[in-house]
Amino acid sequence: MSTRVEKPPAAEIDRPTRLQLYQLMVELRDFEQRAYELFLENLVRGTSHLALGQEAISAGYAVAMRADDYTFCTYRGHGHTLARGASMAAAMAELLGRGNGMLHGKGGSMHLTDVRHGAMGSYAIVGAHLPIAAGAAWSAQVRKSGQVAVCFFGDGTTNIGAFHEALNLAVIWKLPVVFVCENNQYMEYTPIRSVTAVEHPAADRASAYGLEPILVDGNDADVMYERARQTIDMARNGGGPSLVEALTYRHGGHSRADPAKYRPDAEVREWLSRDPVTRYRERLLAAGIGEAEVNEIETRAQQKVDAATEEARNGAPATVDAIERQVWSDGGAAWRN
Amino acid sequence: MAELTFREAIAAGIAQEMERDPMVYFIGEDVGAAGGVFKATVGLFERFGPDRVRDTPISEQAIIGAAMGAAMTGLRPIAEIMFSDFLATCWDMIANQVAKTRYMTDGQVSIPLVIRTANGGGTRFGAQHSQSLENWAMAVPGLKVVAPSTPADAKGLLAAAIRDPDPVIFFEQKSLYGVKGEVPDGEHVERLGEAKVRRDGKDCTIVALAAMVPKAMQAAEQLAADGIQATVVDVRSLVPLDTRTILREVVKTGRLFTVEENPRLCGWGAELASIVADECFDDLDGPIVRITTPHVPLPAADILEDAAMPSVERITRTVRGSMR
Ligand SMILES: Cc1ncc(C[n+]2csc(CCOP(=O)(O)OP(=O)(O)O)c2C)c(N)n1
Ligand SMILES: [Mg+2]
Repeated sequence: MSTRVEKPPAAEIDRPTRLQLYQLMVELRDFEQRAYELFLENLVRGTSHLALGQEAISAGYAVAMRADDYTFCTYRGHGHTLARGASMAAAMAELLGRGNGMLHGKGGSMHLTDVRHGAMGSYAIVGAHLPIAAGAAWSAQVRKSGQVAVCFFGDGTTNIGAFHEALNLAVIWKLPVVFVCENNQYMEYTPIRSVTAVEHPAADRASAYGLEPILVDGNDADVMYERARQTIDMARNGGGPSLVEALTYRHGGHSRADPAKYRPDAEVREWLSRDPVTRYRERLLAAGIGEAEVNEIETRAQQKVDAATEEARNGAPATVDAIERQVWSDGGAAWRN
Repeated sequence: MAELTFREAIAAGIAQEMERDPMVYFIGEDVGAAGGVFKATVGLFERFGPDRVRDTPISEQAIIGAAMGAAMTGLRPIAEIMFSDFLATCWDMIANQVAKTRYMTDGQVSIPLVIRTANGGGTRFGAQHSQSLENWAMAVPGLKVVAPSTPADAKGLLAAAIRDPDPVIFFEQKSLYGVKGEVPDGEHVERLGEAKVRRDGKDCTIVALAAMVPKAMQAAEQLAADGIQATVVDVRSLVPLDTRTILREVVKTGRLFTVEENPRLCGWGAELASIVADECFDDLDGPIVRITTPHVPLPAADILEDAAMPSVERITRTVRGSMR
């Protein structure tokens, strides 16, 4: 296959944008790290899927999006939801099953949603949200609202039917939607290459839908930001959908129960050396941004996560009146008179 | 009053709502210029144009997913799944996404969506194009489930489903498409969650849904000739379920028979039997009896299909036998 990974953009990204990208990545990193610690304390029940190592993708896109654009993401969606401006305390409280959680305890880690910020949901059946994102884009198109839907999913998702159905529909209807495949090399425990007909699970399929193959370094926030701008602009201006494959790696296991022993040490070391956060820090310093300013961003992020943790921990447990609430639009759950 | 076929009444219901609300869009396979494979949407494409009446690829997940995404963001889509058997290909979209998202987000998201689908047997199409599976939908919290039995209800209940703020699975019984009936002129909207007493009798209550309603009515006529006066209740909407009307009629007559086109296990009549046993056991004068298709996929040959589905003859015989 001739698909090649893109080089970082030559064009300069302005300084405030770069600081914003870094700040967002550090916040997402610290949030996920804290979520992991709270899991070790047995405060996070159920499961959680961390996006440690994949921050450049959520940050790059979120910074490029308009406030009223739509994000659709997966169970590995803490970062994507927070990146749109959702409350960190509400997210943390949801992980802890508290009444002050983002969904009042009814969704949990895999379903973070904040519609007011355009975070249209985290979907936990692989592939399901691709057609749904296409539908939101269809609605934006016919309402002529200028909104764009951005839909994030994993490499494993490219082998389910909904992926292909959504791409075909998006192309024939020329929908303002950007499909972003976060290729972190693995499904749960199986390497994607061992179960996929092509080397690049998304990019190598693009041509089947008449789309340009796009393969980018998902651990480079500048690359992601530039690609985000280009694909979002194209969608907003009536140019139709894109399919972006961003190469990345999750630093931990698939979910909280997974020590990720199936990954070769050398592979892990290689990818850790390309950590999107430390790499971007070095790039900022090399670009002449002072260490004090960078440190300041990091300190503030820590404080923000500390405050969110505190607020979440102090929240009362979810209340049982929530059980029979909001099945229907009348707020209730009645199925008979 | 105008006399319309059931299929014309469907098109009239959609047209009425598309006229009224510019946010109503209609998508599905072959629904545009072709007017639907059952010709239940003829004329809509010409009247409302290719943007609002849109043909889709054979992508059931994309049809329902796209309709859901649009419903979450301001449209009121109607999505057609050609045969209800095909709901199995997009059941994740319906049962996990459409049905659960409002609940999981504690009300952040509304999904005003109608999924129309041609349901049931009587057409000799064989097991993959004939099942009556409203009980699948009824088993999923978060879905409203409606199945009309007359042209008037086809229009009025469909209009109500389109205006409803929640997802509705709207079952159109294939065997009813050609049936004619009076439909009120002008705007016609019914209410979801109201059963209708179609016939009054003092001896027993027969509760039926969709295509089983006319059969129950015919059976009641034959029973009357034998001196058994049957009430016939048309359920119309399984969720929400009008238990008040049904319980009232069962209390009046002391007997309950259900007539269900669905295969036996977990049919809606089983839920009804449980409710009646719970709430008016002492008013019953005899056992609750369910008349259903046996627990088999539907066979194709006319003689087999007819014998498998509840018939007027079987309803009459069963009721008569049990009332003796
Ligand atoms: C339809 C479906 N099949 C299987 C699963 C179980 N499952 C959850 S996550 C996952 C791996 C998905 O891999 P990928 O798309 O690469 O996303 P990643 O977890 O790597 O972000 C699987 C198999 C599921 N949730 N949905
Ligand atoms: Mg993966």
